[in-house]
Amino acid sequence: MLVDVHAHFYHDRTPRADWQERNRSRLRAGERIGITWHVASILGSWGLTSPVYFPSPADLTYGNDRLLELQRAHPDRIRGYVTVNPNYPDHARAEIGRGLDAGLIGIKLAASRRADDRLLDPICLLARERGVPILHHIWQHRRRDWPGQEASDAVELCALAARHPDVRFILAHLAGGGDWLHSLHVLRDTPNVYVDLSGSGVDGGMLEACLAAVGVDRLLWGTDLTMDTGWAKLRYLERILTADELDRVRSRNACRIFPAGAFA
Amino acid sequence: MIDVNVFLGSYPFRRVPGTSPEAVRAALDRVGIREAWVSHLPGLYWRDPTEGNPWLYGIAARETRFRPVPAVHPGLPGWERVLDEALARRAPAVRADPGCYALAPAGPEMCRLAQAAGERGLVLLLAVRLEDQRQRHPNDVAPELPAAAVRALVRCHPGVRLLVTLADRNFVEEVHYGSTPEEAARIWWDVAWVWGPPEDHLALLLETMGPQRFVLGTGQPLRLPEAVIARLDLLDLSPAARHMISELNASRLAPR
Repeated sequence: MLVDVHAHFYHDRTPRADWQERNRSRLRAGERIGITWHVASILGSWGLTSPVYFPSPADLTYGNDRLLELQRAHPDRIRGYVTVNPNYPDHARAEIGRGLDAGLIGIKLAASRRADDRLLDPICLLARERGVPILHHIWQHRRRDWPGQEASDAVELCALAARHPDVRFILAHLAGGGDWLHSLHVLRDTPNVYVDLSGSGVDGGMLEACLAAVGVDRLLWGTDLTMDTGWAKLRYLERILTADELDRVRSRNACRIFPAGAFA
Repeated sequence: MIDVNVFLGSYPFRRVPGTSPEAVRAALDRVGIREAWVSHLPGLYWRDPTEGNPWLYGIAARETRFRPVPAVHPGLPGWERVLDEALARRAPAVRADPGCYALAPAGPEMCRLAQAAGERGLVLLLAVRLEDQRQRHPNDVAPELPAAAVRALVRCHPGVRLLVTLADRNFVEEVHYGSTPEEAARIWWDVAWVWGPPEDHLALLLETMGPQRFVLGTGQPLRLPEAVIARLDLLDLSPAARHMISELNASRLAPR
């Protein structure tokens, strides 16, 4: 089994005229790579009617509904995160309940609010109650604010994780830009934060550094926007891990942190 | 396969394993690359980057799978001699990194270099970047190569031939369609920084520009060479087109 813990899909109310082709391309490439499960999120309207990283409640609901449709259309390939904006606490709580009840298997937080903000606490309590992980968008070592997002880095995510030791967090796209070494230093002592290896980066030495910092049991395989680089990292891991270790990164670690039966 | 974008030697801005000639040779074996065009990585950042060239030539003399790409700094006196030596030693290309040298990327020095390389029939290798700008060391402030510079340099002389590494889709398209067909036919691109699915940037470029403009380059060991191989494996390429990208175009660009 191969689980991609960081996938995305698009829908008809996004700026992408080619949204159907992009969705098809992901599934097609997944077949070639051997991906068993795409665990995906949709960030509202991807900027069409509210900003990508600050999606409106209406856009979030629409995007989560489209993801549920995809999950129903591909019951043997697609699973999803319910995406919410913590700046709208009532909507976030209701949407999480609605999405998880309908079959989504995790919570996605983008960059609408800093990860260590108290507004995230009710969301974490819900994650604990429902037994689902939170995938949190991260800028590896944010040295300044970047336009268009209230990005968090590993320090802030780990502060949140320390407040909620019973919740499992996924640090998004370690290879997605920024100083991944900084994140790894922070993660060493926070056992409930898992590392998603997705992102366009394929730096020599990064995977060895991940293994040294957090060990094989906290690594999760993923692709995000570049499936080729995801496959490259998997191919490299095949060279440096034992078969048992590789299997943990491919799927067993994911099976451990998502709800039981999520990939049945 | 021929990899036109390989580095030897340590990187000053972070620890990178596998930078020795022996380790790079093992990595080539791992992914099935038979020939590597190698640059001296630390030399890029030296005041006189050509001081790395003798080491590079020595390594290439001992290991025939490596073909040396010597550095040339057109702001230093006597830089033309580097070109003549490269010709004499049958180097497949020379490289210049104007951002590291603090030279204007299409200023008079770089234009004179492009012209001199063109007159000699030497390929000039230019890198757009080495690392993602978001992760670079705070003191690694060399600017990325702008697309405008590539357009300007190819116009410096009708014999100029440019090999541009680590460019993304937007960069490639801006230069390709911002040049005449005759100019564009003198520019080759490696595929190290062009995204695969689901965005399918590489598939699009191959469809719109044709496989004759692209060569295999990985940027190893700074980057895992598996990325480029996986990218090609995810394309629906004919064997002939794949052969062009992975070997034929480079071998025609600079025959042994």
